[in-house]
Amino acid sequence: MSAMFSFRRLMAIISKESIQMRRDRITFAMVLGVPLIQLVLFGFAINNDPKGLPAALVTTSQDHYTRAMVSAIENTGYYRFDHVVASAAVAERLIQSGAVSFVVTVPSDFARRVQRGDHPQILIEADATDPSVASGAISTLGTVAAQALLRGQSAEALAAEQSTAALEVVVHRLYNPEGITQYNIVPGLLGVILQLTMVMMTSMALTRETERGTMENLLAMPASPLEIMLGKVLPFLVIGGVQVVAVLTAAKFLLNVPFVGSLTLLLVSIFIFVLALVLLGYAFSTPARTQIQAMQLTFFFFLPSLLLTGFMFPYRGMPDWAQVLGEIFPLTHFLRIIRAVMLKGADLQGVATPLAALMIFVAVFTLLALMRFPRTLD
Amino acid sequence: MNAIEVSGLVKRFGDKTVVDHVSMSVAEGEISGFLGPNGSGKTTTIRVMCGLLTPDEGEGRVLDHDIRSEGLRIKREVGYMTQKFSFYEDLSIEENLTFVARLYDLDPVSVRDTLEDLGPTSRRKQLAGTLSGGWKQRLALAACIMHRPKLLLLDEPTAGVDPKARREFWDEIHMRASAGLTVLVSTHYMDEAERCHRIHYISYGKLLASGSVAEVIRDAALTTFVMEGDDITRAAKLLQGRNGVDQVAPFGLTLHVVGRDGVALEAAVADVAAETGVAYKQGSTSLEDVFIQFMGQSTDNMA
Ligand SMILES: Nc1ncnc2c1ncn2[C@@H]1O[C@H](COP(=O)(O)OP(=O)(O)OP(=O)(O)O)[C@@H](O)[C@H]1O
Ligand SMILES: [Mg+2]
Repeated sequence: MSAMFSFRRLMAIISKESIQMRRDRITFAMVLGVPLIQLVLFGFAINNDPKGLPAALVTTSQDHYTRAMVSAIENTGYYRFDHVVASAAVAERLIQSGAVSFVVTVPSDFARRVQRGDHPQILIEADATDPSVASGAISTLGTVAAQALLRGQSAEALAAEQSTAALEVVVHRLYNPEGITQYNIVPGLLGVILQLTMVMMTSMALTRETERGTMENLLAMPASPLEIMLGKVLPFLVIGGVQVVAVLTAAKFLLNVPFVGSLTLLLVSIFIFVLALVLLGYAFSTPARTQIQAMQLTFFFFLPSLLLTGFMFPYRGMPDWAQVLGEIFPLTHFLRIIRAVMLKGADLQGVATPLAALMIFVAVFTLLALMRFPRTLD
Repeated sequence: MNAIEVSGLVKRFGDKTVVDHVSMSVAEGEISGFLGPNGSGKTTTIRVMCGLLTPDEGEGRVLDHDIRSEGLRIKREVGYMTQKFSFYEDLSIEENLTFVARLYDLDPVSVRDTLEDLGPTSRRKQLAGTLSGGWKQRLALAACIMHRPKLLLLDEPTAGVDPKARREFWDEIHMRASAGLTVLVSTHYMDEAERCHRIHYISYGKLLASGSVAEVIRDAALTTFVMEGDDITRAAKLLQGRNGVDQVAPFGLTLHVVGRDGVALEAAVADVAAETGVAYKQGSTSLEDVFIQFMGQSTDNMA
C-alpha cells in the first residue's frame, strides 16, 4: 500500500461519491434534465423554419421584370412585403426598428440592365441579429430570382441565357457578418451544457464536504489529496459521458445536424474538455466555503463565457481585447474543435492547436486543484 | 514513551491567540480528560495534535511522529472523533463504515464485526442523518476505532447523550484503555472528568492545571465550607461580596462557600452563621469548585 496513492482508497471515494450522487435527487435530475430541456428548446427553434417574415420593398419603377421578381420572391413564402417604399432611408428605419426583417431593393435601372444583359442586381438586406430567422429566407433567394427572370424573359426570348447568368443577388447580412447558422448552435450547446453542469457539480461536491463539516473527518483519515480529487472527479466524467451521448444522438436523429468529421476525434476532444471542466470545478471549490458560493463562482465564470467564447456571438466579430480574454475559456477552444470536426470534417491536424490548448488547461487546473487542496483545516 | 508529548504549542487565528503555549503529555494507556470553558481552545489543540492544523509555534510528537511533518502517519494510527458529527448523513450506517474501512485498507470483515457490535442489524441500512444523537455517537465512535488506533482523540463525545448511553460509553473507553489504548477526551461534565486518570484544564488558550483529580484539587488550594440551616438563602445574600468569599453556591439544602484565603473565608462564614443562625462545617473541595474558580479568574473566552 503506497502512502500517496492507493487504488482501493480511490475506489472507496468513488463509490461513496456515486452513492451520494444517486441520493441527491435534485442534482441528479438537473444533470440529466438540463441538457434534455435545452435540446428540446433549441430543437424547436431549429425545426421552426420561419416563413412570412415582414419585408420592405424599395422600388421606384413598376416595370414587368420588377413585378415578376417581387412576386417570385413572395411566392417562396419566406417574405411578406408589408411595406413598399420609395426611399432607402425609410426602409432603413424600418429594419432598424425591427418592423421588417428584410429590405429588398430593386434598383430603378433594373429592367434596363436586364434588357441590355448588363449585370442586373437586386439587393437584399437581412436583419441577421437572429441568424436562424434570416438564413432559410436568404438561401432560397438566388435560385428563385434567377428563375423568375427566366420566366419573365421567355416572352421576349432575347439573350435569356446571358442575362440570367449574370443576375446578381447581393445579400447584406446586417449586424451579424458571420451569419452563424443554427447548425453552429447545437455543437456549441453541447459545450455550454457540459461546461455548466460539470463545473457546477464538481465544485459543489467538494464544497459540500466543507459546508457539512465532513471535511474535517475526511482530512483526519488517510486519503491523499490526489485520491480525493480523482475520487470526486471521475464519477462526473461518467455523467458527462451520458450527457454527451444524449446530446449527440439527439443532434443527429432529432435535429439532423450534419456530422461529417471523425467521431473518435470528437470523443477524444470531448474527454479532454470534460476533464478540464471537472478540474476547474474542483479548483473553484477550494476557496468556496459554502455550496452557494461555489455556485456563484461558477456563474461568475459561466456568463461571460457565453458571450466571449463565440457561442452566442461570432468570435472574430469581437474587439481584439475581447478575443484575447476569450482565449482563457476552455469553451472557446472546444467550440473551435467541435464545429470544425462536426461541421467541416477537420482532422487531427486541423484541430491540433485548440486541442493542445485544452491539454494545457488540464495540466494547469490539475496543478491548481492539487496546490489549493486543503491538506489541513487552516 | 508518552503517546502525546507537545510543548509550547501556539495557534493563532488572525491576531487572536487561541492556543497559547500549551505543553502537555499523555502517557500510554492513560485516559486523559481535557476540560475548559467554551471557546477555550480544546478543539483547536486536538486538531493540532492530529495534524489537521499546523501550529504557529511549538513542537510535538504524537505516537512518536512529528505533528508538523508526519501528519499522514499520525492519521493512520490515531482515531479522531470530531465534536460535530461529521460522517455522511446521506449514507447509511453500513455505507459509512464501509467507506472508512476501505480508506484504512481494512478487511471487509471488520465492518461486519463492527455492525454486530453496534447491535440490531435492522439499523444498518438507516441513513446516518436520521439517527438519534446517541446512535450517531455510537456510529462515530465505532467508525473511529475500527482501524484499531493506538490513540483516541475524542472531542466532547458525549454531548447530548443520555446518562445510560454515557455510562456505556465510558465503560467501553475504560475497557479499551486497559487493553493499552490511550485516550484524550474533552468534556464539560464533572463526573466524566472524575473518571479520567488525569485531567488538563485549559482556559483562554492557556493550560492552567494538569494532574490527577486529587492533585488538581490539592494544587488549587481552596477552602470550602458547607452551611446548613433554615435561612441559607439569606446567608447566601449576606456572603456575597464579603472578603475571602469567592463562590457561593446552593446545593439542595446546603450552601457551598469557597475561597482561596481560608482564614478570611472562615471569618466571613462564622460572622454570617452567627447572624442567621445556620450551622457550618469545613467541607471537601470538589473538582467543580476548582473549575468555577478557574473560570471566574480568567477573562472571557467566548468572543
Ligand atoms: N478556523 C477558525 N478561525 C477563526 N477562529 C477560530 C477558528 N476555529 C476556532 N476559532 C476560535 O478559537 C477559539 C477556540 O475555539 P475551540 O473550538 O478550540 O474551543 P473549544 O474549547 O473547543 O470550545 P467548545 O467547548 O465550545 O467546543 C474560539 O474563540 C473560536 O471562535
Ligand atoms: Mg470544541
